[in-house]
Amino acid sequence: MIPPGRRAFRSLAVTIVPGAARLDAEGWQDVEARIEAALRTRPPRLRRGLRLLVLALEWSPLLRHRRRFSRLDDARRTQILDRVQRSPNLLLRRGFWGLRTLVLLGYYGRSEVRRSVGYRADPDGWAALMGDFPTGPEDGIEGGS
Amino acid sequence: MIDRAYDVVIIGSGAGGGTVALGLAPLAEQGRRVLVLEQGPRLADEEFTGEELEMAEALYADSGGFLTADGTMTLAFGRVYGGSTAVYTGTSLIAEPRVVESWGVPGLSHTDLAERSRRFAEQNNVHLLEPVEINENNTLFAAGCEQAGFEAQQFPVNVKGCRGSSLCNLGCPNAAKQGTDRVQLPAAERRGVEVVSRAEATRIEEKLVVVRVSAAPAGGKGSPSEWEPGEYRVRAGAVVVAGGAVGSPALLLRSGFGKRLPRLGEGFTCHPAFILVGEHSREITNDVGHPKSYYVDRAVEEGYVLETCMYFPFVTAKSLVGFGATNESFLRAFPRLQMILVLACDRATAGNRVAVDSRGQPVVHYRFTDEVVRALAAGTRASARIFFGAGAARVHVPLASPPELRAPEAGEIDERIRPEHFVAGTVPVSAAHLMGGCGMGSSAADSVTDSWGRVHEHPWLRVADSSLFPDSLQINPYLTIMALADRVAEAIREDAIR
Ligand SMILES: Cc1cc2nc3c(=O)[nH]c(=O)nc-3n(C[C@H](O)[C@H](O)[C@H](O)COP(=O)(O)OP(=O)(O)OC[C@H]3O[C@@H](n4cnc5c(N)ncnc54)[C@H](O)[C@@H]3O)c2cc1C
Ligand code: SF4
Repeated sequence: MIPPGRRAFRSLAVTIVPGAARLDAEGWQDVEARIEAALRTRPPRLRRGLRLLVLALEWSPLLRHRRRFSRLDDARRTQILDRVQRSPNLLLRRGFWGLRTLVLLGYYGRSEVRRSVGYRADPDGWAALMGDFPTGPEDGIEGGS
Repeated sequence: MIDRAYDVVIIGSGAGGGTVALGLAPLAEQGRRVLVLEQGPRLADEEFTGEELEMAEALYADSGGFLTADGTMTLAFGRVYGGSTAVYTGTSLIAEPRVVESWGVPGLSHTDLAERSRRFAEQNNVHLLEPVEINENNTLFAAGCEQAGFEAQQFPVNVKGCRGSSLCNLGCPNAAKQGTDRVQLPAAERRGVEVVSRAEATRIEEKLVVVRVSAAPAGGKGSPSEWEPGEYRVRAGAVVVAGGAVGSPALLLRSGFGKRLPRLGEGFTCHPAFILVGEHSREITNDVGHPKSYYVDRAVEEGYVLETCMYFPFVTAKSLVGFGATNESFLRAFPRLQMILVLACDRATAGNRVAVDSRGQPVVHYRFTDEVVRALAAGTRASARIFFGAGAARVHVPLASPPELRAPEAGEIDERIRPEHFVAGTVPVSAAHLMGGCGMGSSAADSVTDSWGRVHEHPWLRVADSSLFPDSLQINPYLTIMALADRVAEAIREDAIR
């Protein structure tokens, strides 16, 4: 989905999650690889649809603003995507929904980002946070019928 | 095609299938051949890492992103040994008499379901957590309820040795949650029931199940199937379908049972839900501790239930309406976030149903009724009051425009949070309590099975899962599913004596 419209995709991604603007080349690669991996198991029709949506969004402001989406300032980009997500056309809303989901998956799927937002969940739970954990009653009947 | 023969074949190993498996263990001990077919993989303990994306991919159908036909709601259900019980939170409630009675299923009484549910609650170590085990995401909910005038009740949960990792919905990394994957299935296997993973029932014919066993994908989690990959024809004296509220109707529809069962696939309900987040000015314990300790039940009065919840960064981000800097600022406040789940108690409605596409794959048609949207709005208003009552500085509210309320605006909750702001396909709605599609009743004209899960006009075929509900349960369903499945196992044991 990404190679032919990489610039378009990244400008959309940055509008959806502004923090993505701070990604370096390796970070972008990581985000895009996660998205590609998620799409691998999806029907080809969906991948084609998303690629089309990215390109359509890139070229859609040309008439009105005389620029492609990726060349617009943040405020204009936000305005355009806001119109798309409120569009009366369900197909368009769905398309944007799918794109937004993939961007969020690529971005928040990164362990660096999870750490940077302060997400602390750990299999060791209370013990990881406090070095100890409270326990409750443990007297279950395993597997009895 | 490889041929096999069994006395009973159970399709699906979730809350329903796992319960039937253990219920038929006495038959296996007497030498009867009992088989469970599970489409998903079987994971080793150390493969439960709690990592959001890799666990979602390993444990859920479509990595947790299964969409309804028009793409406006995400349905979450497990596809793994233990089914959705491997990913559920384990809150354990017994059905309300008013709900079971309203179904009017001949031969089904609330007393019987409650008695069986209590037995499974005991088997699964259901109990209330001690106050010391409850984190601030939950205690703030209780405090906010008190401030805002709502009655918070404590959820009994089915854990044993819980370390409070808050990762229940990604599969418990500590084997503490007592789902069928930890209790009923291992016990059934010890007693001679055979469970085959990565084995999808593709079609059912008269006393025969066609099965496709898949190879383990390279690099994926889970052990290879117990059977060689390939196509099998499994003959069976009795077949029990327990593939869940999407899987069971889909399997029966693609096998042609719809011709004589006009209600097959109909009556699908799912408790459509939103995740709401409120930000506090200080860090709280939220992503440590069991995630779900309290709920508010307003099903009768306003058609919604509120539950505490805690999700992971990607799911949380996806659950906020819109995009951009404000949403990101909520995510950046993760250690200060409190979360509430608003569930609408939807009712069986014409058109909301499970169907199959030309390849036999499930397609779920679902339209949000006005009642559901009103219930979500009422639940959102209540949640905003609870968040502010607990001291939150701001709240993300999907049914307001813009979707954010700050504490000084708490007086505007009623004006700002309105059902009119619900735009399907823009507001993130998801559901995990999938029900119906093979509803119980008296005849093929009004239902798919009788109250013992026997499919009308097909005495060798039974259903034993959440698809049996004739209408929504209006509370968390797993104990009731186990109770219904236990009746199916009992009926099969009685058939075996005859
Ligand atoms: C994230 C999450 C949290 C939840 N939390 C709670 C909770 O706290 N309390 C509560 O009461 N409920 C909860 N639930 C709901 C509860 O888990 C389900 O209602 C219950 O597990 C459904 O049981 P089931 O037997 O109908 O289906 P499932 O448990 O979903 O099992 C169906 C199984 O059948 C398999 N299958 C389907 N088709 C086929 C086929 N053709 N061949 C072979 N195998 C097949 C599937 O792979 C799956 O493993 C939660 C659900 C989710 C997803
Ligand atoms: S909170 Fe407890 S039950 Fe849930 S995943 Fe963590 S250890 Fe397991």
